[in-house]
Amino acid sequence: MNAGDELPPLEIPITRTLIVAGAIASRDYQDVHHDAELARQKGSPDIFMNILTTNGLVGRYITDHFGPTAVLRRVAIRLGAPNYPGDTMVLTGRVEEVDGDTATVRVLGANGIGKHVTGMVTVTVPAGAAPGAPEEAA
Amino acid sequence: MSHEVAVDEEFEKRLKAYEGRPAAVAGMGKDPVNAPMIRHWCEAMDDTNPAYEGEDAVAPPTMLQVWTMGGLSGHTGRAQAYDELLGLLDEAGYTSVVATDCEQEYLRPLRPGDEITFDSIIESVSEEKTTKLGTGHFVTTRTDLRVGPDLAGTHRFRILKYTPICRGGGPQVRQPKPARSRPVVNRDNAAFWEGVRRHRLLIQRCTSCGTLRHPWLPGCNACGGLDWDTVEASGEGTVYSYVVMHHPPFPAYDPPYAVALIELAEGVRMIGNVVGVPYDKVRIGLPLRLEFQEYDEEHDQEHDEKLTLPVWRTHEADRPGGDV
Repeated sequence: MNAGDELPPLEIPITRTLIVAGAIASRDYQDVHHDAELARQKGSPDIFMNILTTNGLVGRYITDHFGPTAVLRRVAIRLGAPNYPGDTMVLTGRVEEVDGDTATVRVLGANGIGKHVTGMVTVTVPAGAAPGAPEEAA
Repeated sequence: MSHEVAVDEEFEKRLKAYEGRPAAVAGMGKDPVNAPMIRHWCEAMDDTNPAYEGEDAVAPPTMLQVWTMGGLSGHTGRAQAYDELLGLLDEAGYTSVVATDCEQEYLRPLRPGDEITFDSIIESVSEEKTTKLGTGHFVTTRTDLRVGPDLAGTHRFRILKYTPICRGGGPQVRQPKPARSRPVVNRDNAAFWEGVRRHRLLIQRCTSCGTLRHPWLPGCNACGGLDWDTVEASGEGTVYSYVVMHHPPFPAYDPPYAVALIELAEGVRMIGNVVGVPYDKVRIGLPLRLEFQEYDEEHDQEHDEKLTLPVWRTHEADRPGGDV
C-alpha cells in the first residue's frame, strides 16, 4: 500500500432496480428515487440514485479492494452528475497518502454525463492484510 | 432594483439566523442496528464483505445515516428550527431538494442490537447560488450519533434547496400558453371593437365636417363636433412606419415580430400586425390588405370569448416560407 497506487476500476451498471433497491434499503422514500413521473415534474429527466446508495457503493469499492479486515474511518463524498437508469458508473481510486496502516484514497465515480461522485476515503488496513501481496495475486 | 436587493438581504439575514440552531434533538433511531436491515443494504449494494454477516457482524459504516432515517412514518426528534428553515425556503420558491455532500467519520463499529440516538445542528445556510439544477441555498447539518454515551460517528450532510429549471422532453405538466393581452374596450371605442368582432373595420366620421378619424375619440379634432357616424374601410393600406419587437418577450408572443403603423387607403392610420411576410422583410410602403384573425386560445378561463383582431397581410404574391 503506497501513495500513488491505483485501484482497479469497478463498473457499476445503474439499473432502475439498483436505484430503487438502494433508496429503500437506506429508508429514503423521496419520490425522485422511485417515481419517474414525479421526478420529471421536479425537473429531472428520470429517477436518480440517492446519496446514501452512492456512499454505500464508494464504501464497498474500498473494502472490496482492501479486504474484509479493512476498516473505514471516514468517507466524504460530493455529488455531481446524477446517476440515471441505463447509465454505467465507473469507480476509480488512487491512494493519495499512507500513514502507517491508514491510507487516504481519492475516489472518482464517472458516468456517461460526467462526474457523479468525487470523494476521499480514509481506511485502516491491518498490516499483512493489504491487497496485491503475492499470495493474493494467485 | 435597490428595493429587491434590500428584500434579498433581509431574506438572507433570516436564513443566516438559523445557523447554529438545532436540527434534531435527542433523536432516536427507529430500529436498533439489526441484521435484516444490514442484509438488505448489502444486497442492494451487492456488497459481499464477510465482515457484515455472521455472529460477529458489524454494520457497513456507510450505513451510518440509515439508522437516523425517518422512513415513511417521518422523523422523530426533528427540531422546529429545521422544519421552519425548510418551510421558509419552500415559501420562497426553493421547493426542490437534492443532497450534494456527505461527510462521515466512524469512531466505533455499530453492531446488531446497538440503539442509536442523535443530535443535529444547522451548521450553515449559504447565500443564494446558481447551479445546473437551478438557483437555491445550500443547507449543511452536522449530526452526532451515539450508542449510549459513546460517540459512534459524525455525519455532515449538505442539501441544496432550489427552484428547478424545467427541462424539455418527457411528459411534463403542460402549462397552458398564456393568453394574448386584450384590447381595452370603453364607451368611446366599443362600436369599433363590435365591428371587428363582425369582421368590419369601421372608421369614425364627424357628421359636422366629414373628417375621418382613428383611433376612436369622443369629439372631432378638426371642428370639435361631437356627432359621428362610421364608414367601413376598404381594407387596402400600406406600411407607413414599423418597429421590430425583440425585447422584452411577453408571454403569448413570439419575438421577433413587426408592429406596423398602417396608412389606410381612406387616409387614417392605425397600429397592426403584418402577416404573410417575415418580420425582417417589412418595409415602408409595403402594400397590405386587411384580414381578421381569430385567436381561439385554449385553457383561457379569464376570457371565455375568442379574440378577433384586424391584421394586415402583404399584397404581393404569397411567398413560400412566409411567416403567418
